[in-house]
Amino acid sequence: MATLPVSAEEVIARFGPSLNFPPSQGYAGRDEPDEVVKTHCCFCGMQCGIKLLVKDNRIVGFEPWEEFPFNEGRLCPKGVQRYMQNNHPDRLLDPIQRVEGKGFSPIGWDAAYDGMIAEIQRIQGKYGKDAFAMLSGVSLTNEKSYLVGKFARVALKTKNLDYNGRLCMVSAGAGNKKAFGLDRASNNYSDLAHAEVIMICGTNVSETFPTLTHWIWQARDFGAKLIVVDPRLTPIARTADLHLPIRPGRDSALYGAILHQLIKHDWLDHDFIANSASGFEEAKKAVESYDLDWAERTTGIAKEKILQAAKWWGPAKTSFLLHARGIEHQSKGVENVLACINLVLATGRIGKPYCGYATITGQGNGQGGREHGHKCDQLPGNRDIENPEHRKYISSVWGIEEKDMPGRGLTAYEIMEAIHRGEIKGLISICFNPLVSLPNNNMIREALEKLEYYVCIDFFLNETARHANLILPGSLHEEEDGTVTTAEGRVVRIRKAVNPPGNARTDTSILLEVAKRLGAEKHFTYDSSEAIFNELRIASKGGTADYFGITYKKIEDNMGIFWPCPSEDHPGTPRLWEDKKFKTPDGRAHFHGVPYRDPGEMTDAEYPMILTTGRVVSQYLSGTQTRRIGKLVDQYPEPLLEIHPKTAALYKIKNRELVRVSTRRGSAEFPAQLVETIREDTVFVPYHWPGRKSVNQLTSGHLDPVSKIPEFKVCACKLEPLGHAAPSAAETKAYASA
Amino acid sequence: MNTTAFRTDQEFFFDPQRCIGCKACEMACAECETNGQTSMIHVDYVDRFLTTQTSVQVCMHCEDPVCAKVCPADAITKDEFGIVHSANTARCIACSNCVDACPFGVPKKVEPIDLMMKCNMCYDRTSAGKKPMCATVCPSGALFFGSREQISKSRPNSTPVNTFRFGQQLVKTKVNIMMPKGATELVVDSE
Repeated sequence: MATLPVSAEEVIARFGPSLNFPPSQGYAGRDEPDEVVKTHCCFCGMQCGIKLLVKDNRIVGFEPWEEFPFNEGRLCPKGVQRYMQNNHPDRLLDPIQRVEGKGFSPIGWDAAYDGMIAEIQRIQGKYGKDAFAMLSGVSLTNEKSYLVGKFARVALKTKNLDYNGRLCMVSAGAGNKKAFGLDRASNNYSDLAHAEVIMICGTNVSETFPTLTHWIWQARDFGAKLIVVDPRLTPIARTADLHLPIRPGRDSALYGAILHQLIKHDWLDHDFIANSASGFEEAKKAVESYDLDWAERTTGIAKEKILQAAKWWGPAKTSFLLHARGIEHQSKGVENVLACINLVLATGRIGKPYCGYATITGQGNGQGGREHGHKCDQLPGNRDIENPEHRKYISSVWGIEEKDMPGRGLTAYEIMEAIHRGEIKGLISICFNPLVSLPNNNMIREALEKLEYYVCIDFFLNETARHANLILPGSLHEEEDGTVTTAEGRVVRIRKAVNPPGNARTDTSILLEVAKRLGAEKHFTYDSSEAIFNELRIASKGGTADYFGITYKKIEDNMGIFWPCPSEDHPGTPRLWEDKKFKTPDGRAHFHGVPYRDPGEMTDAEYPMILTTGRVVSQYLSGTQTRRIGKLVDQYPEPLLEIHPKTAALYKIKNRELVRVSTRRGSAEFPAQLVETIREDTVFVPYHWPGRKSVNQLTSGHLDPVSKIPEFKVCACKLEPLGHAAPSAAETKAYASA
Repeated sequence: MNTTAFRTDQEFFFDPQRCIGCKACEMACAECETNGQTSMIHVDYVDRFLTTQTSVQVCMHCEDPVCAKVCPADAITKDEFGIVHSANTARCIACSNCVDACPFGVPKKVEPIDLMMKCNMCYDRTSAGKKPMCATVCPSGALFFGSREQISKSRPNSTPVNTFRFGQQLVKTKVNIMMPKGATELVVDSE
């Protein structure tokens, strides 16, 4: 029974989201902190260094950490305000349990654990081990990600563990493994500095990775050409040398057409193709007919612009290609990634200074989290859970029989579908808010309501957790030691600054206690985060993501170490592929034939407009943290429907008019924002908001066949102006929408 | 003033084309306890209908500050380093002369406290040898605090300009704006 115990409005009144603002003179003690803790931002994959000011077990402010090499003190507004999640009035201070008709009431830890263990055992006894699933997330450190992976397989004994990286970097990971045999940014960002051409594909860098902007401008200061592929004129696209306003969902067509031009004009590195790569003929064959006329028709980009991109990209001596969710959040996300990689390989510009390629990993520990823990098909060190050798090795590290290691489970969206079908009956979640972040969330809500038992570990009562039977108050980023791996592949140290408040406990101690009560204590005897990391080092040893040579001390001494780092005397690997020895079975980089195919849902007479989604600079993902920070909410208080004025004129939509947007899955109402910075055939809504203000009521559950990433970036919609202006953002209170 | 660690080789540079409108500068500025959570730097869209372009306005710290000239209470002073300080709270009468006179529209009358407030280039930080908060956090390098040598080396295709022409009037400032290479002044209003 996982329906809400009382109305959503009543839950919100008690548990928020409510807005935290600093006192007008700042927090007391900021001038004389007890401690200044060098750590990292809790949000995106840039993992900017930041110093937190601590007074009396409270974070009272921040100082820029100018010595940290990636960001040198730079921060985005989320980073500046990150400390406001600490001492938040919404913070959960006790375990709470669902009471029908009453809401949630506090319960002691022992009673909470007893009830939870009884339900896990009941469900697994009745329906089988795999009927209890776990969902996790990559805001967790490497240590916690590793622990979750081991916990689910060894203590909970379920195969159905997956994570919110499934909505993030899995297409890039799968593409990189196919092409290079390894899943990591090939270069660190210092290789941007003197690249002649930078192509950024489907990534709103200036709003989602603001501190990366500086690195791109550094290159531009020395004459680099910047090409931006995006359906919208984002702040980074505004000043680009070339903006390619692509029709959403047509990305592989564009990169195929550019490859066609590289071949036609012989802008190829024949030596690299012959000696270090394979599959070129297949890639060539796939794009044979992709001439400029076809490309213009398919992508909606003027052919002169496509040719210009090829002319800059082809003959350049140095270059850097970056992509992110714009091309990855598609039902052909992996194909889009492979089509981009083809452009890098065709010109042989990889493994050399200022010759780079990288996905920009989105979440704080999106990189490390996907290597060591909670991905349904993976074991630590980026090993394959179906590979007998890999299973054997990890089983030996964990001290279990290989036969007891569960196999490959369902992916995140598939887990929700299996719950909806009644196949999965119980759920434990940590660090994941699928009711806001997964697509087609009316289905997600129905699924949650069908669960027999749901327990959530979180520091705030996120929207999904309102459906839980039990919520265990876990820890914030600044309440535990650990490491994360940044988008560059740099392993950095997260430092504990304060203790969890009230009766909240660290995530680690909660997982260890549950493991113990499930009878797996002997496998979970760590006395510190460092002890978990040291086991992770051994577990990753010999895998492609090899951390064996990385120690806490080494990270601290060097302000981060790039993996792979196979031995303690190894300095780490900031740039991959300098030896041109790739990790594929044949040691070569692989081209792939990428024939274009349409997105999962095309426009038609009933749903004639393309809907695409994304983020804004002041919010982060499902907003569990950032929709509680007052100034970040004030900066962009409600989701707006970006629409081109010409399209708006056809529908007679006025600025700020409320518009109902509908798809085959649901409808929602948003104020219109008329802007010339978007394609005429496309509307955009950012996705950070819950309930009636969630655009993920509309997005589609079409999945990439390989990576199983949902197609957030394109679906078909219709628009109905409602004939009146939207209420003010202050009235709507979208941050806490029911 | 003798104990200050203000670094005279460090200058403030602003490059509007790099601004991404993220407001990290506003957020960081407001954190300063002397501002009482009010930002002294302002980021706005130029015209969101047409473009995502944003503009930042920070106090330019004029060589001959008109805000100080028109102040009837002598509340605004320029110090030996060229910093034009926010109005002395004991003297400010909130007449708004400075608000009306500033060619860059910088000083604001803060209604709840009935005082003029403006940027003093983070004097608490700069006088201790640190960089102003906004220029430290700016993620795009639109705001930069450092030496003239650093900026000319790192941005060879831009020239810092600190001369503004408003009609017949020339205004020279301590803060520089980055212009295309070779530029010597910014003509704000040619009439």
